Amino acid sequence: MKILVCISHVPDTTSKINFTDGDTKFDTNGVQFVINPNDEFGLTRAMWFKEKQGATVHVVNVGGPETEPTLRKALAIGADEAIRINTAPTDGFSVAKQLANVIKEGNYDLVIGGRESIDYNGGMVPGMVAKLTGFNFVNTCIGLEVEGTQATAIREMDGGKETLKTSLPLVIGGQKGLVEESDLRIPNMRGIMQARTKPLMVKEAADLTTETASVKFEKPAPKGAVKLVNTAAELVNLLHNEAKVI
Amino acid sequence: MSILVYTESEGGKFKKIAQEAVSFAKGIANAMGTSVTAVTINAENTAELGKYGASKVLEVTNDTLKNFNAEAYASIVSEAAKKEGAKVVVVSSSANSKFMAPFIAVELEAGYVPNVTALPESTAPFKVKHTVFSNKAFSVTEIKTDIKLVGLAKNAFGVKESETSVSTESFSPQVNLGSVETVSIDKATDKVSIADAEIVVSGGRGLKGPENWGMIEELAGVLGAATACSKPVSDMGWRPHSEHVGQTGKPVASNLYIAIGISGAIQHLAGINSSKVKVVINNDAEAPFFKAADYGIVGDAFEVVPKLTEAIKKLKSA
Ligand SMILES: Cc1cc2nc3c(=O)[nH]c(=O)nc-3n(C[C@H](O)[C@H](O)[C@H](O)COP(=O)(O)OP(=O)(O)OC[C@H]3O[C@@H](n4cnc5c(N)ncnc54)[C@H](O)[C@@H]3O)c2cc1C
Ligand SMILES: Nc1ncnc2c1ncn2[C@@H]1O[C@H](COP(=O)(O)O)[C@@H](O)[C@H]1O
Repeated sequence: MKILVCISHVPDTTSKINFTDGDTKFDTNGVQFVINPNDEFGLTRAMWFKEKQGATVHVVNVGGPETEPTLRKALAIGADEAIRINTAPTDGFSVAKQLANVIKEGNYDLVIGGRESIDYNGGMVPGMVAKLTGFNFVNTCIGLEVEGTQATAIREMDGGKETLKTSLPLVIGGQKGLVEESDLRIPNMRGIMQARTKPLMVKEAADLTTETASVKFEKPAPKGAVKLVNTAAELVNLLHNEAKVI
Repeated sequence: MSILVYTESEGGKFKKIAQEAVSFAKGIANAMGTSVTAVTINAENTAELGKYGASKVLEVTNDTLKNFNAEAYASIVSEAAKKEGAKVVVVSSSANSKFMAPFIAVELEAGYVPNVTALPESTAPFKVKHTVFSNKAFSVTEIKTDIKLVGLAKNAFGVKESETSVSTESFSPQVNLGSVETVSIDKATDKVSIADAEIVVSGGRGLKGPENWGMIEELAGVLGAATACSKPVSDMGWRPHSEHVGQTGKPVASNLYIAIGISGAIQHLAGINSSKVKVVINNDAEAPFFKAADYGIVGDAFEVVPKLTEAIKKLKSA
């Protein structure tokens, strides 16, 4: 089985979100970038397929040179090969088209992406990739088993989950549950050393127009101070008469 | 040219997000001088969508579509959009809508923006505001394609009535079920889901152990609320993963969010920013949650929560 894990390179979850250039650009000053958490669960599941079922694992990112440390980290965790498609990932649709090109060339059986990137929260790339490549697709995937060309996936839905049966080639939009938090791996020294010599290929991007473009960013209005109350009765009174939510 | 809206139903009944989506589509239609067509799948009493502004309903009735099927549902919405010559297609932000929306976008060559919180700032060029960075900011994004696909954020726009005379028509496009097949569904029918809930009661590590969740469930019970938890609570197996809210868990966009024994870490708050009213109960006055909350009680959860449940019972029986 040949697996491609799509990695988006995102600000660490504790990052302060600020904008520059008249609120048109994300301020990367002092921001640490990491593997998108949903993709890290997927990558770890891919490592399981590699170790237990002999799968080959490639990782891919659509982005500029600044994302290479993130790809190296994925290699240090155990991916065999990395691909960077050299263009700024400005909108989900064009990222999906770039990825679809690589997937068609690479003969992948399984493409693992995340439910969403925690920066732009698009939640669209894996589904678009599936539609563009004709692969089957399962979103919000919290469990995946593959046997031969058959796959069983568990999908989280609003208010429950469902078990789905499908076949390869397959794209998933994964999240926590694919593996547990405790299964996530911190690259060790050996992994980091090996990652330095593993292939990281840079591909030129296809020339595409973008479908959407962010015009400006805004931050939510600052919140008023909390109203502290002493008793449960007082709280109920406020929620009923003032906030009118109960 | 009309605005096409996909209206979700469950067991034949429209969900609140369907009413919100129609209200929102009506707002766009007014701005663009056109009307709203809704497409429904196995829904009953479809004419009630007229109340929120739909002029026309395309009704799909098909037994093979009892379970959600992303490929089939997406193709129905796409076909409806083509039939109506729609330039704007509206879906919601449920797990099902987010599953199928990317298919619709590709099929219609439509730029897609999810988590939209307000009517377009302008319709030519078409610019919409949506949440980004896990609700820590908004982006105003222009959709440049001929057909635009927007996903309405939950509970952001509200249900607005706009009585319109409505015609219904049965619609039977060809349905391709694809090759992802539902084997089984595991859904608690007696519990309110976090996604649908108006009120969410959430517990954190401050509750000390799973054996103490009885009082959380009781409070949720009297409020008709869903229960949720912080990430460590689900990591330790005190509660199921499906209850974990936050940046890496479920987003919550309820009217009321009650956080009990939760410190208010940035990753937790990222998931609940779009909740309207936030209440914190924590025995540490310095807990960061107090900075994010609207109302708070500094106190021991084990004392406050049972009293809160009693006070709500009293209110409900009054
Ligand atoms: C990459 C990453 C992603 C993450 N994603 C998420 C996420 O999606 N969701 C999430 O929740 N967390 C997430 N976290 C974890 C987050 O940083 C916090 O560790 C977590 O939210 C803390 O959970 P807690 O508030 O339940 O526990 P604690 O931080 O331990 O807080 C417990 C609180 O309970 C209070 N307390 C104790 N006893 C009582 C009592 N008797 N009565 C009342 N109050 C009491 C304490 O004062 C304290 O404030 C993430 C972390 C990382 C690194
Ligand atoms: N620039 C990118 N490069 C590679 N994969 C990406 C990129 N952007 C998004 N993805 C993948 O698509 C998933 C969903 O992203 P999004 O649609 O941006 O929310 C991510 O979790 C990644 O797996």
